[in-house]
Amino acid sequence: MAIAQGEVILEVNDLRTYFYTRTSVVKAVDGISFNLRQGETLGIVGESGCGKTMTALSLLQLVPKPAGRIVGGEILLHGEDLVQKSEAEMRQVRGQKISMILQDPQTSLNPVFNIGNQLMESLALTHKEGRKNLLQRAVDSLRQVNVAAPERRLEDFPHQMSGGMKQRVVGAIAMSLEPDIIIADEPTTALDVIVQDRILRQIKEIQTDLNMSMIYITHDIAVVAEVTDRIGVMYAGKLVELGSTADVFERPIHPYTKALLSVFPSIRGEKRPLTTLGGEPPNLVDPPTGCRFHPRCPYATAICQQEEPPIVVRDGHWAACWNPVG
Amino acid sequence: MAIVALPKRGFIDSLPGGPAVTQGLAWARRYPLLPGFVLLVVLVIPAIFANQIAPHDHRIGDLDLVKRPPAWIGDKIAEQTVVQKQDRRVARQGEITLSSATRRMKRGTATFLEGGGDGTVDVGDKLRVVIRQGGTWTYPLGTDKQGRDILSRIIHGSRVSLTVSVLAIALGGGLGVILGLLAAYKGGITDTLIMRLVDIKLAFPSILLALVLVAAWKPGLLTVIIVISVLLWARYARVVRGEAMAIMNRDFIDRAQVAGASNFRIMARHIFPNLMNTAVVLATLEVGHVIILESTLSFLGAGIPRPTPAWGVMVADGRELIVAAWWIFFFPCVAIVLSMNLLGDWLRDKLDPKLRNV
Repeated sequence: MAIAQGEVILEVNDLRTYFYTRTSVVKAVDGISFNLRQGETLGIVGESGCGKTMTALSLLQLVPKPAGRIVGGEILLHGEDLVQKSEAEMRQVRGQKISMILQDPQTSLNPVFNIGNQLMESLALTHKEGRKNLLQRAVDSLRQVNVAAPERRLEDFPHQMSGGMKQRVVGAIAMSLEPDIIIADEPTTALDVIVQDRILRQIKEIQTDLNMSMIYITHDIAVVAEVTDRIGVMYAGKLVELGSTADVFERPIHPYTKALLSVFPSIRGEKRPLTTLGGEPPNLVDPPTGCRFHPRCPYATAICQQEEPPIVVRDGHWAACWNPVG
Repeated sequence: MAIVALPKRGFIDSLPGGPAVTQGLAWARRYPLLPGFVLLVVLVIPAIFANQIAPHDHRIGDLDLVKRPPAWIGDKIAEQTVVQKQDRRVARQGEITLSSATRRMKRGTATFLEGGGDGTVDVGDKLRVVIRQGGTWTYPLGTDKQGRDILSRIIHGSRVSLTVSVLAIALGGGLGVILGLLAAYKGGITDTLIMRLVDIKLAFPSILLALVLVAAWKPGLLTVIIVISVLLWARYARVVRGEAMAIMNRDFIDRAQVAGASNFRIMARHIFPNLMNTAVVLATLEVGHVIILESTLSFLGAGIPRPTPAWGVMVADGRELIVAAWWIFFFPCVAIVLSMNLLGDWLRDKLDPKLRNV
């Protein structure tokens, strides 16, 4: 996949989102920087609890309050800093500029309203039109995600639909406002593989049609390869490697990326035992000093424990590591 | 305790005449909504159409017919010997004083058994005296000490009970739902404040709090409704808060936020409709409770003021005559227990066993 050449629409600089508990501070997102171009898909991968979802929620200013807070950095959408915006201003951004597809379609739809109602609700926020026009828009947006007989489906309640169908509806709702950026937070995790594939393709198609940018969050690195232009690898609240998908997959720099890639079997390549990574993600209350990956890193040296790793640029992408692999 | 607590199959068949009873019970099993229907017929419809259904004016009594027993109870008759009333000596059982005998004879409620050949009552005559006149079908459940029809008063009283329970639950429940929702949604200091208020409210004995509040205001229907809703809101707030927190964990709330919905919109459009189930169940559970509460307040004189025929007031009025005229006291009691049982317990059993001990 070629790297999209559109203009940069989103720029995140040194974003820090901390959670304050009574006794400690959890640094869920700790100094993340990346940018996103028009029409581009950026994948963010990492283990559970590494801060992927918190990064996404920070973009929307929806970090769970009152414990969570964005303590530093800036999020520039078309040059405007979202961190500085008021709640009322953010409401204009959410849904219309940045939208999000959530993980679990089973709970993403309100069980007491039919889906036509839910589609039209978000449409009505931006389109001040009569019910008839909204209805038509709702039908169109369902058709866009390949829901069969959308007119009849509008009357259905969430419990009458399958998981895949629900996720398509959720996708339709998220994309019906034609946002500039759509954040997909593991949208296929709760679905089986066949349905996953179909939904991924549909999301991808619409994204390309409307020239939207997408941030795709997942722990499934295989999925990322299919849909993204670039990927960023997160570990313990930090971005450790960022580059074009092909580069990162073929020539990983960071030992963590390499480890992540090696835990997935390759269908075409030679057969090899799957390696696993020992240990577990660090506690973000008190993360390891120096490089946060050093306790689990097979290449770790003395310096990794003491100092933050430098940025290594190679093969068109970068990573933060003292001892780059490959 | 359910009104349809049915014995096990087989047991009844073994009794004489059992099969017919079994048939009846099978019917009751097949129509579990029957108690609800009975409730509608005996409580709600009379309350709505009280003016049409009540056989008499509930405010105006017939002073010739005070303390009449229910229709099916006949005259109470005794043989009494006429005695001369002496100082500080009251007529014993089987005796009647001369003056009283003369008066009764005039009214026609006493006839001669022995003596009385001269047409006047003398000491030593034996009389057949109607001690208490029986009921008439004009007043099926009898009359009270002012000669007012008890049935009509009970029918009108059901209006009070239903009005109070519906309005108090709507008011208290509405307040509780709003506060519970706010507590769950806002969290932090709002949550703490509201929930501590709930704790404070729950720490007070209901009746004491109610009496204090009524004493502070003017007694009346509106006061009773407000006081009872003050007693009710806390429970709603607590249950709704828990329920709302569970709902807020679901993704559709996040999705609404992502779509740019305002806080009010999320609470009103996304969380609230999901709470309706719980709120309605809780409301039905409270009906019986409220009826008892209203009757208690009225009984204690802190509820509906006379002459409105609230059931509690009727019980209070009948209490002093409980030996002489038990029906004045008894039938309003039956109305209270029955309505509470029908409405409260039956609905509770039917709707949600989980909420029983909230």
